Amino acid sequence: MLQQRTFRRGGIHPPDKKRLTSRQPITACANPPTAVIPFSQHLGAPANPLISKGDVVMAGQKIGESSGFISAHIHTPVGGEVKEITSIFIPAGFSVPAAVIAVDEESAFQEEPRSAQELDSLTPEEMLSRVQEAGVAGMGGAAFPAHVKFKIPKGKHAEYLIINGVECEPYLNADNRLMLEHAEELLTGTEWIRRMTGAGRVVIGIEANKPEALAVMREACGRLGFPFTLTKLKVQYPQGDEKQLIEAVTGREVPSGGLPIDIGAVVSNVGTTFAVYEALAKGKPLFERVVTVSGEAIKQPMNLRTAVGTPFRQLIEQAGGFSEEPMKIVAGGPMMGFAVYDLDTPVMKGTSGILALTKKQVNDAVQTACISCGRCVRACPMGLQPTRLYHLIDYGRYEDAKASYLLDCKECGCCSYSCPAKIHLVQGMRLGKRMLRNVSS
Amino acid sequence: MSEGKTLIVGSSPQIRDADTTAGIMWHVSIALIPAGIWGVYLFGLRSLLVILISIAAAAAAEYGIARMLKRQTLADGSAVLTGLLIGYNMPPLVPLYIPVAASFFAIAVVKWAFGGLGANWMNPALAGRAFVFFSWTTGMNAWQMPRTWAGIDGASSATPLGTVQTGLFDVAGEGGTALSYLESISYAASGWGSSLADWFSGTVGLNVSAHTADLFIGAVPGSIGEVSALLLILGGVYLLYKRIITWEIPVSFLASFALLIWIFEGTLFSRGLFSGSVGFHLFSGGLILGAIFMATDMVTSPVTGRGMIIYGIGAGFLTFLIRLYGSLPEGVSLAIILMNIFVPIIDRYVQPKPYGFKKQKTGRNAA
Repeated sequence: MLQQRTFRRGGIHPPDKKRLTSRQPITACANPPTAVIPFSQHLGAPANPLISKGDVVMAGQKIGESSGFISAHIHTPVGGEVKEITSIFIPAGFSVPAAVIAVDEESAFQEEPRSAQELDSLTPEEMLSRVQEAGVAGMGGAAFPAHVKFKIPKGKHAEYLIINGVECEPYLNADNRLMLEHAEELLTGTEWIRRMTGAGRVVIGIEANKPEALAVMREACGRLGFPFTLTKLKVQYPQGDEKQLIEAVTGREVPSGGLPIDIGAVVSNVGTTFAVYEALAKGKPLFERVVTVSGEAIKQPMNLRTAVGTPFRQLIEQAGGFSEEPMKIVAGGPMMGFAVYDLDTPVMKGTSGILALTKKQVNDAVQTACISCGRCVRACPMGLQPTRLYHLIDYGRYEDAKASYLLDCKECGCCSYSCPAKIHLVQGMRLGKRMLRNVSS
Repeated sequence: MSEGKTLIVGSSPQIRDADTTAGIMWHVSIALIPAGIWGVYLFGLRSLLVILISIAAAAAAEYGIARMLKRQTLADGSAVLTGLLIGYNMPPLVPLYIPVAASFFAIAVVKWAFGGLGANWMNPALAGRAFVFFSWTTGMNAWQMPRTWAGIDGASSATPLGTVQTGLFDVAGEGGTALSYLESISYAASGWGSSLADWFSGTVGLNVSAHTADLFIGAVPGSIGEVSALLLILGGVYLLYKRIITWEIPVSFLASFALLIWIFEGTLFSRGLFSGSVGFHLFSGGLILGAIFMATDMVTSPVTGRGMIIYGIGAGFLTFLIRLYGSLPEGVSLAIILMNIFVPIIDRYVQPKPYGFKKQKTGRNAA
């Protein structure tokens, strides 16, 4: 066995908890009676609403128009009457405009399959514009608009297209199940992204804790005759982060403040790749996604194909409800996801999981003094010194923190996770960054 | 909103590792227990009393001060660990007021005067030991003959290291070694040490002195918890396995010390370079206890791996200097305290290299 590739600095090994749902096939989540669809589900500017109260919309209709360079269209997965345009609080911590739609069960989206000839004749620009029209955004969490990412700037060249099948967050199996159940679609979608980006080499990175997915993808890749490399990666969080994945696969580092394309790499998440496939092959906008509903407090953990706008409550009920009292409900993975207090929070394009965690997993102990054990320094995948940064921020020395590379922190959570004194290091980093933004603006 | 239940919201990450500060302290304490039991076996129940009094004094000081500051810190286990280490650093027949003074000094002056756990810049247990060592020299030399030497003719209660250091005045220029000097004065060796030495020369084919074997097992006079290199190393392996400590400090400390001893120790006996008695020096005195359990104190050691190596090498070098050329028989605690002073400087200049600042080789793997 060859030595498995991974990234060099830091990294942690939280219990992966994948088994709770790794063998649960993707099943459909019932549509809610009322869907709440936020107009900002992605990084960047919110979309402008195209509908108003009283309108009747069709499933799949575009209801929000992208409003800037980094922005994506919003489509409704359900048909029905628009009850109101309101403002809701989303897990990321701010308010966004949202459409409340009374769901009409009769209205269903009609797929428009495209012929292979038609698809083969498309130019990269035409493909990009169809992806843009379908509102595809990165589905790994940050939801960066896909057409922006796949459009290679002038003067740059994509040497590598890396498909991110790492799914390093504990509990989550949405990408794993997509690879197991939709390998051919994923590989086809990968080939289309390769054409859009003009990438020279394609590498699909999958962590060693998903051997079945790796085997299925490898088999399908051979069958379809794609010259893609499938790489088995050593299990280590946060390998699913672009920067660590690029380092693991190519040995290169994305320059501080730069983008992957600066070193010739483009990364696409498995969920995003699947959305690209559906957009091009079926004319289907991104309005639903696979959500892993899991955690020790969920009665029957499962993977649900869920319409955007479905409240968390609906998914949790479909998964049998709570088996015990949860201490935290998390949108996304436990390392970078957001704790929510409202079960009416809707699923969005970036909601990879809904987790109900008990006291035992949360390990929320009283904060004690830093004993300089250095675990955070050893854990940081960016090679920063979280304890030092935290102290600087604590003393209000934000510029000094910046000089100690605060802005290279991406809040992956390795430091806070490993801190035995239970210091909220990531929270400190966020505060420091926010203070720096306030000072400079 | 959530069905009447209480949900916690807060910054990511939403899960934390189960390890806590108190957990770390208790693990270190557990790792020390075998060496302590051995010490009590060697020197009798009075040594257990010394250990318990040290712990009680440290805990009382911690509780009292924390109470004055309206805080609760006893449960973090650090004061108990400090007391335990102080007890281990006491000679068995020490007058009981000495460990009480050491523990009190460690907790009140060295730790709390700077703000409590995490804020002290010097290892409290070592500072407490150094304080009483220079205050009550006679009491701190109250050695006792170990149980393993009972009935051996001419056995004394002087430690092997102290005996050799004192004897150096007689042997200078003779061309012997530390071990041959111990032979020449008929220094005692236990039956255990002799058997182990025989096993080494017979089965393994390595010539090991019975004195070195005694030091390794810990069948010699010395401080209560420092004598058994073997049990302390086992404790260290436990801490490494539990990922409480990392290899850098113990290994760089012991390796640099061993290297320097090998190069220079022979010159004390006029034998020239590269002929030092490495085994004798590694296993004698408080070196193993210091390198595994005291130098690794997280509060007073560097945070980066490279910093730890520099710190360990410094401690090894200073221990070597004090032990060979100083007027004291033992230099481990002073060496570590001196290196504690350098920790902020080491942490300032030895920093990890952040991701994304490397010169990129473009075109490698070009398609």
